[in-house]
Amino acid sequence: MGKLGRLFFTFLKIGAFTFGGGYAMIALLETEFIDRKKWMTREEFLDMVAIAESTPGPVAINSATYIGYKVAGVAGAALATLAVSLPSFGIIYLISLFFERFLALEWVARAFRGIQVCVVYLILTAGLDMLKNLRRDALSLVIFFCVLAVMTAFSIFSVGFSSIFYILISGLVGLTAYSLRRLSGKGANGK
Amino acid sequence: MIYLRLFLTFLMIGAVSFGGGYGMISLIRETVISNGWLTESELINFIAVSESTPGPLAVNMATFIGASQGGILGSMLATLGVVLPSFIIILLISAVLKNLLRYAGVNAFLSGVRPCVVALILATALTLALDTLLGFTSPGNGLAINGRGLIIFALLIGIRLIYKRLRGKKPSPILMIALSAGLGILLWSF
Repeated sequence: MGKLGRLFFTFLKIGAFTFGGGYAMIALLETEFIDRKKWMTREEFLDMVAIAESTPGPVAINSATYIGYKVAGVAGAALATLAVSLPSFGIIYLISLFFERFLALEWVARAFRGIQVCVVYLILTAGLDMLKNLRRDALSLVIFFCVLAVMTAFSIFSVGFSSIFYILISGLVGLTAYSLRRLSGKGANGK
Repeated sequence: MIYLRLFLTFLMIGAVSFGGGYGMISLIRETVISNGWLTESELINFIAVSESTPGPLAVNMATFIGASQGGILGSMLATLGVVLPSFIIILLISAVLKNLLRYAGVNAFLSGVRPCVVALILATALTLALDTLLGFTSPGNGLAINGRGLIIFALLIGIRLIYKRLRGKKPSPILMIALSAGLGILLWSF
């Protein structure tokens, strides 16, 4: 099997067997591509993780596109991305066909009332884990608390304000803080 | 037209959401609710299914919401939409902008975005908790406290703490979902 074929089947396998999203996938990618196939060096891999986490979009897709491109160019990127999405797509599409009828069963509906509580728990703990890993500098903390307070208040009082704006404004605040630091740094050096 | 809207909506979500699948949830929630595609409770069910099936959360959510609104074509377009921005951005970075992350400006922008994404996730969790556990939707509507829900929530937190102490890692989402399903069947049968 050629490189493209192996790339496709490796990502198909990864898409079909990783639960828990992008971050769970990174560990699997590491074993597959560095330890087993040696298609990348560890350093390249760490670069890839940094890029996949700092660019928008699902981490899993970002990683697949990046590795696919490194291994076999644009065709590799396209195949790897397709392969990693395909199992999800197939599985979820099949579920969607009978989900409503499934949910109409009384015991299933009861199970889902429990599961809904679990979803709240999952999102909350995912957020708390990310909070733990956040850099604790003044800028991060100010942005974090402002966005948290404003967004919670807005959602309680049903004020429509898209998450996109929070993201853009926070990015611009980061950029402004950086420019100010540089300007004041230069001013101090000039004296 | 629903197909075009699904595609464009998920294209936008894929283009601006940082921080992986969870970072996407606040945006997905706003969009599906304001479009009237799903109710809050349907959305939470979809998140649960997406969490308990393999693959990236974002792709699962896009496929699910797309299928519910526009069948097979809808699910294909929503999935394509959510994947396309990643694909293009990463290709650009690998082929052209190899040093993108070394630009100070990009890092400064991301240093602002990171805490924001964490806050978005926690604010969404808080809103969902108020709605699911306390029945709170807007001031003046009163509360409908979900006693069984609160019990399950407390148990999940307790199990997480014990599990972390004994095994040194977090319990897997799928284990917790299975457990909550069992507790749901048990508690709501009385």
